Amino acid sequence: MDLNKKFTPETWPEHPERATLEAKNKFVGFWLFLGGETILFATLFATYVALKNSGPSGFGFSTQGLYELPLVFVMTMLLLTSSLTSVFAMYHLRNYNFKKMQLWLAVTAFLGLGFLMLEVYEFSHYVGLGFTFGNSAFSSAFYTLVGTHGFHVAVGLVWITLLIFRNAKRGLNLYNATKYYTFSLYWHFIDVVWVFIFTVVYLMGVVG
Amino acid sequence: MSSVAQKKGFGATLWDWLTTVDHKKIGILYFLGGGFFFVLGGIEAMLIRWQLHIPNNDFVSAGLFNDLITMHGTTMIFLAAMPILFGFMNAIMPLQIGARDVAFPFINSLGFWMFFFGGLFLNISWLFGEVPDAGWTSYASLSLASEGHGVDFYAIGLQIAGGGTLMAGINFLVTIINMRAPGMTYMRMPLFTWTTFVASAMILFAFPPLTVGLFFLTFDRMFGGNFFNHEMGGNTIIWEHIFWIFGHPEVYILILPAFGIFSEIFSIFSRKRLFGYPSMVFATVLIGFLGFMVWAHHMFTVGLGPTANAIFAVATMAIAVPTGVKIFNWLLTMWGGSIVVTTPMLYALGFIPSFVMGGVTGIMQGAAPLDYQLHDTYFIVAHFHYVIVGGVVLAILAATHLYWPKMFGTMLNETLGKVTFWFFFIGFHMTFLIQHWLGFWGMPRRVWTYMDGQGWNLANLISTVGAFLMAIGVIVLVYNAIVTSIKNVKVANDPWGDGRTLEWAIESPPIYYNFSATPLVRGLDSVWIEKMEGNESGLTPAEPIKDIHMPNGSIIPLLMSFGLFIAGFGAMFRTEESWGLPLLIFGLLWTFVSMAARSLQDDTGYYIKKEEILRDLKRKGGQN
Repeated sequence: MDLNKKFTPETWPEHPERATLEAKNKFVGFWLFLGGETILFATLFATYVALKNSGPSGFGFSTQGLYELPLVFVMTMLLLTSSLTSVFAMYHLRNYNFKKMQLWLAVTAFLGLGFLMLEVYEFSHYVGLGFTFGNSAFSSAFYTLVGTHGFHVAVGLVWITLLIFRNAKRGLNLYNATKYYTFSLYWHFIDVVWVFIFTVVYLMGVVG
Repeated sequence: MSSVAQKKGFGATLWDWLTTVDHKKIGILYFLGGGFFFVLGGIEAMLIRWQLHIPNNDFVSAGLFNDLITMHGTTMIFLAAMPILFGFMNAIMPLQIGARDVAFPFINSLGFWMFFFGGLFLNISWLFGEVPDAGWTSYASLSLASEGHGVDFYAIGLQIAGGGTLMAGINFLVTIINMRAPGMTYMRMPLFTWTTFVASAMILFAFPPLTVGLFFLTFDRMFGGNFFNHEMGGNTIIWEHIFWIFGHPEVYILILPAFGIFSEIFSIFSRKRLFGYPSMVFATVLIGFLGFMVWAHHMFTVGLGPTANAIFAVATMAIAVPTGVKIFNWLLTMWGGSIVVTTPMLYALGFIPSFVMGGVTGIMQGAAPLDYQLHDTYFIVAHFHYVIVGGVVLAILAATHLYWPKMFGTMLNETLGKVTFWFFFIGFHMTFLIQHWLGFWGMPRRVWTYMDGQGWNLANLISTVGAFLMAIGVIVLVYNAIVTSIKNVKVANDPWGDGRTLEWAIESPPIYYNFSATPLVRGLDSVWIEKMEGNESGLTPAEPIKDIHMPNGSIIPLLMSFGLFIAGFGAMFRTEESWGLPLLIFGLLWTFVSMAARSLQDDTGYYIKKEEILRDLKRKGGQN
């Protein structure tokens, strides 16, 4: 594949993310990978539901007492918005508008970073209360489920940062279009998982 | 001077194998790696059987016995059976669908090296003298109580190897979805490709739970987690659920490719189209689906309640239906065929009764009330060895003989092959048939030794003698492999003479780009159709000869896997050694930096020029 081939918005294919066989492979492979990730999170969710509020005798923590919905609401808004901005970025990818795509991806990354920092704050707040990883089965399950999601966000941030800087000077081609596109798939997936975490962990924890 | 040149040649060859992304070479690496662990697991089995051949034996200590049964099971499932099957999938499946390589050659190599380093990690426990000893299932309460680093080796080693397996699964899936030759519709795919496809899909959905379960175990043992610790509110049954949600599909991941191999063999050596091909495909998919619905039949005695037990009992028995469909299809493939009893065919013939026996005892255990009697007795040991050895291992041995010429370019000796078969087959039934009765007579599984006078002595002795017959069979096979490799008599495209699918229409072993021109597939058993219509080459090209795009080799997969290997030791010694945490971070960074290096370099592969392909064709005499 010729990396230096220059496109115009007219010659740019309609689906640049799967315009070559290699790209098509990555595209399908990444969807399958997300299928596996779904099962991974499903297992974590099941464990969390089974161990929620469960601790040693005299255990003082409960979902009602621990979680604070306003903070989680802000986190949710940040992450959902970042999913929207990544859609904008993909819109510009389709239209071969590299600069705007980079811009929206940078916005996506900043929103994701904001989310991650709030999560770090949330975790350190809980740890300050004595709700450490080893405190109980409940805490282990909570940190593992939500932390695995947070780890995925962190991986996504590193990924998109590398992509943005690596390609800053050379623009779009059919080789990196797939990379950008799979990142956005990944980012949506993280978002969907968060919707479930918000519902199952926080909403059902406080309200249910 | 010449010796220097030779040394250089050796270094270059080694580098070539360490960096290869060629699916045929990775297939051979998987096969040899898996074969090594198969022998290791076999030696462990021999030690187990020697310990049990007489009552009150103290050949090995009770602790060492636990190490041996744990490592035997873990090694055979994760490091022998699956990698060897992956070897055949890698070496053969892309050829069967007319592809030039797998979809992700780099990830293919990464998958192999992760398996390799994971297996190494697990087995280095022997050198530390702290070996996994909680059984291959490592049930949580027991595995949490296990002292030393034994179970840590299990948790981290399997984590690394399991990651490699997941990658291999995705890779095979995408290969089959995207890289089939023109005309190779799903319903024209050879059965081995179909079973690879379904087994890979099962890997995709079964391995993530194992990943999570192993992380829980790692956290509980090494990082202060409390998932399974009852005193801290944990629940030990969660491990059992997660393990078997993985573990039951796992046995179908093993047996489905075995079914695929036997389907090829029955068809080739009966010189007939596989009977009921569409129903075979349907049965494969159905088994793959039902395989996820039955995990709790391993947990009947846990106390999940009669409703759960009844549902899982019925689901379990339902699997007998598609499996029965397959058995009858194989029998009817042979019916009226012109059968040649070669070594692979001999294995296939031995497989049917052996596997049916294993299946029938499976149905017995599927009846929950009876399972209360059979649970944790030697009956269980007999059952799962009947399906795994009588199914998977016979398939592996059959495929070793069948595909040896395609992988290595020379034939295994047929006489020695049959000698192997008879030793192995008789030894197998001698070892495990009697164990059904041992179970009925009350001998529990996983016991280190037993008292005299319980009526178990003779049966155990018979079992041990059988195990050694199997060992003789394997030794003959290894001897066969060495001798024929030294003689190295080159064979033609189709050494069996009746090959039906695309891999038999190209060289043995195939040239690195497999097909000079992508073939056109006009039906099931494409090569057979071409030959019946007078096309001796067996192939019709779908395109003119043109430049071929190929991937570059890379050392990065090995480096990435090695980083995880290092990080594993860091995690294990984190709490007791000051260098533990730095080593863990260093290992993960090593992996991550290697990965970033891969990501930042633009590796778009290279092209083989049309002239070079034409030159190769001329050298081969105008054949494919």
